[in-house]
Amino acid sequence: MFLDKSRQLRQNCSGQYTMSKVNSAANEKERKHIVKETETILKRFTRKKQYLIPILQGVQGKLGYLPRESMLKIADYLGIAAIDVYSVVTFYNQFRLNPPGKHSIRVCLGTACHMKGGYITLDAWKRRLKIDSGETTPDREFDLDIVACVGCCTMAPVTVVDEKPEGQVEPTRVDGLLLGFGYEEGKKEKEKSESK
Amino acid sequence: MSTRNIQVTLKIDGKEIKTRAGEKLLWAALENGIYIPNLCAIKDKPEPNASCRLCWVEIEGEKKPVTSCTVEVRDGMVVNTKGKKALDLSRAGFELLMASHALDCAHCSANGDCELQKIAKALKCSLKPKNLRPLRRELPIDDSNSLFTLDPNKCVVCGRCIWECRKHGDKAVLGFAHRGFKRVVTTFGDEPIGKDRCLNCRECVEVCPTGALAFKEKAKLKS
Ligand code: SF4
Ligand code: SF4
Ligand code: FES
Ligand code: FES
Repeated sequence: MFLDKSRQLRQNCSGQYTMSKVNSAANEKERKHIVKETETILKRFTRKKQYLIPILQGVQGKLGYLPRESMLKIADYLGIAAIDVYSVVTFYNQFRLNPPGKHSIRVCLGTACHMKGGYITLDAWKRRLKIDSGETTPDREFDLDIVACVGCCTMAPVTVVDEKPEGQVEPTRVDGLLLGFGYEEGKKEKEKSESK
Repeated sequence: MSTRNIQVTLKIDGKEIKTRAGEKLLWAALENGIYIPNLCAIKDKPEPNASCRLCWVEIEGEKKPVTSCTVEVRDGMVVNTKGKKALDLSRAGFELLMASHALDCAHCSANGDCELQKIAKALKCSLKPKNLRPLRRELPIDDSNSLFTLDPNKCVVCGRCIWECRKHGDKAVLGFAHRGFKRVVTTFGDEPIGKDRCLNCRECVEVCPTGALAFKEKAKLKS
């Protein structure tokens, strides 16, 4: 498992292709919540295939993402194969497979930010958070994604942190911003070993 | 379908051919022993995918080459499958496909009866792209099924396997997911296909034109 993860990360950092992952409820309470919300949305639609997208939008609107339980329930309700739901979800950018993190990190890759090394910034975030864009850290603290121009190109490269655009976000600024959240690499491990 | 029984006569590469009205040019040619490269055409699918861009031909009186899988035969049509413009387009399409193909025929179970090899021969070009640099995806191979393996790196996203799998209705396991260059044939959640979802009907493997879906038995015999 660990090996797999590190291989995946290495691939991420070199811009390689990785598969997105379907997430399940973390616990029974969450599962119940997911099922309840999904059923509430489903009740508003008849069992017709053409409602797939509005249903997905409704469920994501409630939950912030599309967990496995919801997608399977929707497929079942509409009488279509689960892969067809997954097909649509992975086709449109608006759908998320990952739960939102407590903090949202949006790296701008618009024209100006691209010219100013937005990709290098994105790589720095990926490396620090150990996730790919579109993903959420396992502790659900941060989610990472890209945006295309947020309208403050003079500050390029821009990263929008919790709705606030931060300018000149070079890799060192990435570390700085993360420090501001009390997030230090290896901190968790340190705490763990200290508490032992 | 009143046109079903009406016969049409046309000429392909100088050969006179009689076929049903409403038939697509590609099938009319193939059924009469004239090969036109194709990957995404599926005989029993009413709407052609027309996504592989390999089946170009030239029609007399028409300025631009057309994809033969989308054009219906017409009485008196004169078709040339070997025109330079058409072949150039097909070669360009083929080269694009092969640029991201994990080419390794010597170790591939499709070697010898691979549609890509057949196409390369028909187009008189090499399997290895000449003008494009390779752009491999290095995706994981799924060998979780006891009968076959799915190697997305050899997949040409023709959709034949998916068309077969769809015949299982809401039990279907295969489909396309992701977008653009990342588009792959996969299962729900990109999960291993052997994990109790596949119905083991083998149809997808039978129709795969490449070594992307391959029987394990056959691979063993070849090695
Ligand atoms: S799929 Fe065909 S072209 Fe590709 S490696 Fe196998 S035999 Fe060669
Ligand atoms: S696995 Fe084979 S049949 Fe399926 S899309 Fe790929 S090349 Fe076509
Ligand atoms: S390009 Fe990044 S803010 Fe405009
Ligand atoms: S067979 Fe005509 S485009 Fe693929």
